[in-house]
Amino acid sequence: MPHIIVENLVKTFQIAQRQPGVWGALRGVLHRNYRQITALDGISFTIESGELIGYIGPNGAGKSTTVKVLSGILVPDTGRCEILGRVPWKERISHVAHIGVVFGQRTQLWWDLPVIESFDLLRDIYRVDHHQYAQTRDEMIAILDLESLLDIPVRQLSLGQRMRCDLAAALIHRPSILFLDEPTIGLDIVSKLAVRDFIKRLNQERDVTVILTTHDLDDIEALCTRVMVIGQGQILSDGPLENLRARVTTERRLIVDLEGTEDITDPDASVVLRDGHRVHLTFDPDRVATADLIARITAQHPVRDLFVENTPIEEIISRLYAENR
Amino acid sequence: MTNALRLYMHYLGQSIRSQMQYRASFIMLSFGQLLITGIEFLAIASLFARFKHIQGWTLPEVAFLYGLINISFAFADAASRGFDMFGTMVKSGDFDRLLLRPRSTALQLAGYELTLRRIGRLIQGLIVFSWASYTLDIAWSVPKIYLVFIAIFGGACLFIGLMIIQATIAFWTTESLELMNTMTYGGVETAQYPLPIYRIWFRKFFTYIIPLACVNYLPSLAILERGDPMGLPVILQWVAPLICIIFLIVALQIWKIGVRHYRSTGS
Repeated sequence: MPHIIVENLVKTFQIAQRQPGVWGALRGVLHRNYRQITALDGISFTIESGELIGYIGPNGAGKSTTVKVLSGILVPDTGRCEILGRVPWKERISHVAHIGVVFGQRTQLWWDLPVIESFDLLRDIYRVDHHQYAQTRDEMIAILDLESLLDIPVRQLSLGQRMRCDLAAALIHRPSILFLDEPTIGLDIVSKLAVRDFIKRLNQERDVTVILTTHDLDDIEALCTRVMVIGQGQILSDGPLENLRARVTTERRLIVDLEGTEDITDPDASVVLRDGHRVHLTFDPDRVATADLIARITAQHPVRDLFVENTPIEEIISRLYAENR
Repeated sequence: MTNALRLYMHYLGQSIRSQMQYRASFIMLSFGQLLITGIEFLAIASLFARFKHIQGWTLPEVAFLYGLINISFAFADAASRGFDMFGTMVKSGDFDRLLLRPRSTALQLAGYELTLRRIGRLIQGLIVFSWASYTLDIAWSVPKIYLVFIAIFGGACLFIGLMIIQATIAFWTTESLELMNTMTYGGVETAQYPLPIYRIWFRKFFTYIIPLACVNYLPSLAILERGDPMGLPVILQWVAPLICIIFLIVALQIWKIGVRHYRSTGS
């Protein structure tokens, strides 16, 4: 039985059109024109227990609408959704007791309260029993290294410290599903790695299902076994990162550092970038064996160094969007 | 229910603690409110220095009405800060956070803050009320004391209900309507004077639609042992404040409609 079942979810919004100028604003009070926007245009997927899923898409693609529907905030127009056997928007209160949500841009802690007091308050909100609470809290404090932050009011924390506290806060009630909305946004590299490491441990050691929306594709590469790409309200691609690569392009990159600055010409490869001694070539491994191409180039040119790379994920995603435009 | 109450108490405890981080600001704001509301009462008093009475009501009697309604309002105003802030919460998207927690949104908003600086108005109301009671030499009895308590309680319910309705409107307008302030602040001003000085439609509005008279004018008639020129049954004077509990329940139902609207439109 999958943890999350989503079938044909549709959500449209009515957006009031504002007319320009004072006169327009006045007229808008009496009569408004509405424009309909389809945020979700029939999306379907299932997620099994313990998956770690990257959910990506450009702004306005329907990412946050999906998260809002799955977390019980929004009611969709049509479609089915069941999470741990519950319909999120029909049983909001029992549903949200079993999920955790972290917004990178917004804290769910109390601004003026010391961190530990926020945890205590959440204990009462989620009705966690004292014994379990003490255990979870102490574990979180140890893993996320929060000991020195506990007595500081949230408003005085740095972004990275705050994010660690937010993660702990979202897990006080031991949810089996965790939604993370841009958890690494704005973080310095050390904090970013700490957060990533924590998410990975949570998923592997506690079997928490994680749905991660992000713009940081390094997060996806580091963490996710499966990637769902959404664009214009539809799921454009769903599967392991490798499949996404293969679907969009099988191309690879060959990066060559030459002794000189001459051009490279080869019938099976094309130059995409030239940077001093360094040349970036793309080629299709189905048409030419990587070893053959390397042999040909090293035979024709004095080469200092070379390496082969997969097409960067940014490029794959942008091609996928371009295809679906 | 007891669990919800426990959580509410926890919220309030934390709210008081965070306000105490800004102690100087709390003291100055409270004192400021004490002064402002104090001046307001002096204005009424100076009116009576000239006219002696309004429709047979003397200054101490009006002061009794004034004190009673201001005490109610001070409690309501302190308790409903979350609803007052609600427009900005919708706009900033912070309301979503409340929906992510396994508790009713109304409870969470009620626990948002207990605004301590409203103690300025409370103290002023208590002073005026005490002065009025002393000057009028009221023959206090157990039923009368009970009536004072339910009048204050009913009044607080009424004003909280009004502020909930005001907040609910923000689901549609994303801005809390200033118009509703004519019901809350305007209501306080209205109730400071005996009801018969107003026109019939106005009286009816503040008795049957917004039951303001039920928490102030009617119980005051019973306590001050005055006849009712509007001729309502005397028993009503003793139970009228309880009607406001119903008003609050209705307001909470309207709130639920607002939440449902929000969750289907997302704005």
